[in-house]
Amino acid sequence: MSGNGTPLLEIRNVSKYFGSVIALEDVSAFVRAGEVTCLLGDNGAGKSTLIKVLSGVHKPTKGQYLFDGKEYNFNSPRDALELGIATVYQDLAMIPLMSVWRNFFLGSEPTRGWGPFKSYDAEFAKQTTKEEMAKMGIDIRDPDQTVGTLSGGERQSVAIARAVYFGAKVLILDEPTAALGVKQAGVVLKYILQARNRGIGVIFITHNPHHAYPVADHFVILRRGQVYGDYTKAELPLEQLVQMMAGGADLEALQHELEAASREAELKDNN
Amino acid sequence: MATDTAPAPAAPPPASDERLREVSQLSRLLSRPELGAVVGAVLVWVFFAIVAFDNNFISWATTAAILNRAAPLGILAVAVAMLMIGGEFDLSIGSIVGFAGMTIMVLSFPTEGGGFGWSLWPAVVAALVIALLTGWFNGYLVIMTKLPSFIITLATLFIFRGLTIALTRLRTNRTQLGNLDEVEGFALADTLFASQLEVFGARFRVAILWWIGMAALATWVLLRTKQGNWIFGAGGDANAARSVGVPVNKVKIALFMTTAFAGFLVALIQAVQFTGADTLRGFQQEFDAIIAVVVGGTLLTGGYGSAIGALFGALIFAMVQQGIIITGVDGDWFQVFVGTVLVVAVIFNNFVRQKAAQR
Repeated sequence: MSGNGTPLLEIRNVSKYFGSVIALEDVSAFVRAGEVTCLLGDNGAGKSTLIKVLSGVHKPTKGQYLFDGKEYNFNSPRDALELGIATVYQDLAMIPLMSVWRNFFLGSEPTRGWGPFKSYDAEFAKQTTKEEMAKMGIDIRDPDQTVGTLSGGERQSVAIARAVYFGAKVLILDEPTAALGVKQAGVVLKYILQARNRGIGVIFITHNPHHAYPVADHFVILRRGQVYGDYTKAELPLEQLVQMMAGGADLEALQHELEAASREAELKDNN
Repeated sequence: MATDTAPAPAAPPPASDERLREVSQLSRLLSRPELGAVVGAVLVWVFFAIVAFDNNFISWATTAAILNRAAPLGILAVAVAMLMIGGEFDLSIGSIVGFAGMTIMVLSFPTEGGGFGWSLWPAVVAALVIALLTGWFNGYLVIMTKLPSFIITLATLFIFRGLTIALTRLRTNRTQLGNLDEVEGFALADTLFASQLEVFGARFRVAILWWIGMAALATWVLLRTKQGNWIFGAGGDANAARSVGVPVNKVKIALFMTTAFAGFLVALIQAVQFTGADTLRGFQQEFDAIIAVVVGGTLLTGGYGSAIGALFGALIFAMVQQGIIITGVDGDWFQVFVGTVLVVAVIFNNFVRQKAAQR
């Protein structure tokens, strides 16, 4: 799937400073249409800052932001959204007490009629919600059910389907699988592939290499605010990815520490 | 997932979706917020129909008395329901009734009595504008200070009531003004807001039509317009709604103006009906309205509820009031009864809502 086309969204040598804190330093990454780029990093690696730069919340201190080959300088997430760069955050921005179809179209309601008689086209909204979810391979049971009754994975799926429907060309997913169980995470990963197959460029942020590996076309690994590695899938077996994520030597040291600690505990118990 | 559409030989007859339980119409109905109030209204009616049978509870006269009583409260309750679905409170609505009523009276009262001597309709329009401004003021303060609307409107409850009493007394030296029927333009107002329709010898007031009209309009707005969707969104989770582009602040200010409008409408109806007003008009009606709304199944925390529920909530309130009057039970017990009904209704509503969510 990894084409040779020009990147749809690209950042070049981006740095972001907050006062004396260097959150990102010289980070470059890109995603092509119909590809999944995985941004991996442990806590504190700079993932959150990078998402905010990508979605237009933060302006980079240095570096370039390119969309479709043109350079942009966003003032707000709305600017990014207008270009078709949609971000689905972990907390989703969904309203639990409202039905799925009402949530799906909240803020962009379809209407029919004119003037003071303009009404919310509920039939269209319900129908479209069901169809769009079906296109993503999600069989929504009943568009009238409230979002509060959906599982975490299903909510993520609705949020993704909504972003796709409203014309997302690039989909930025902030840890969509973080709070989910194994099965649920699998479901969400499937929808990520669905979105990719529909020609959308997906930026998938996660700290879980096992979630990243099956869907990603290439990987950008962040550590301490810098790019630690940038690989295509062919270049990188899973074991190595896991190793790199935790940071090889660091992980070994941690292992020794843990073993030592458990030995101490055993000794204490025996006494 | 999509497997149920794939042709699977030897599979049992394809169920449309194994996760979709057949949900009976009844269970579907149970998930409507107004259900509790509808059932409650029937129960209360049956209760009084039995207890007060000898007192002629089942009669056109009693029915008319109940509806006439429910109408002004219902007009307030429908607007308050919309506001509460939008996640806010308005405790000042009773004071707005008093303020709007006295505005009409003072402006139209003869100059020799301390009034302004206007004819009725300019006074009505002025009262409408002032009422909408008070609503806007409530909303603006809530948005700007980010304080709970409970506190803001508790403050304006006192401010508006105090202004009503102080300004009226300053200008006219009185707290009650009458003789509105002598003001130019009264005849039309009487037809629109205080006329009565005789059915089987019982007199139904036109306010009932305003009440039902308000409830129908509110229901249409809530369920079938994008603004209605925004109201649910703003009350359900204001931040989430904002993030998808809902103008939450505008929605909330508009809702405060809606409750103020309802206060104005009730003030106008009552001023015309009693051909006068009192500075204490509307006193404590904010509580009656909130009770009707909550009994009607609207959540105190916002994001869930219905205008139809508020309509039935007001009906229950009026039935209890009228029932106690005609059975000759000491009126002192009325408040005990209302408090009990409120608690029972809230418990029942919570129960129904949980059942509905689990279906």
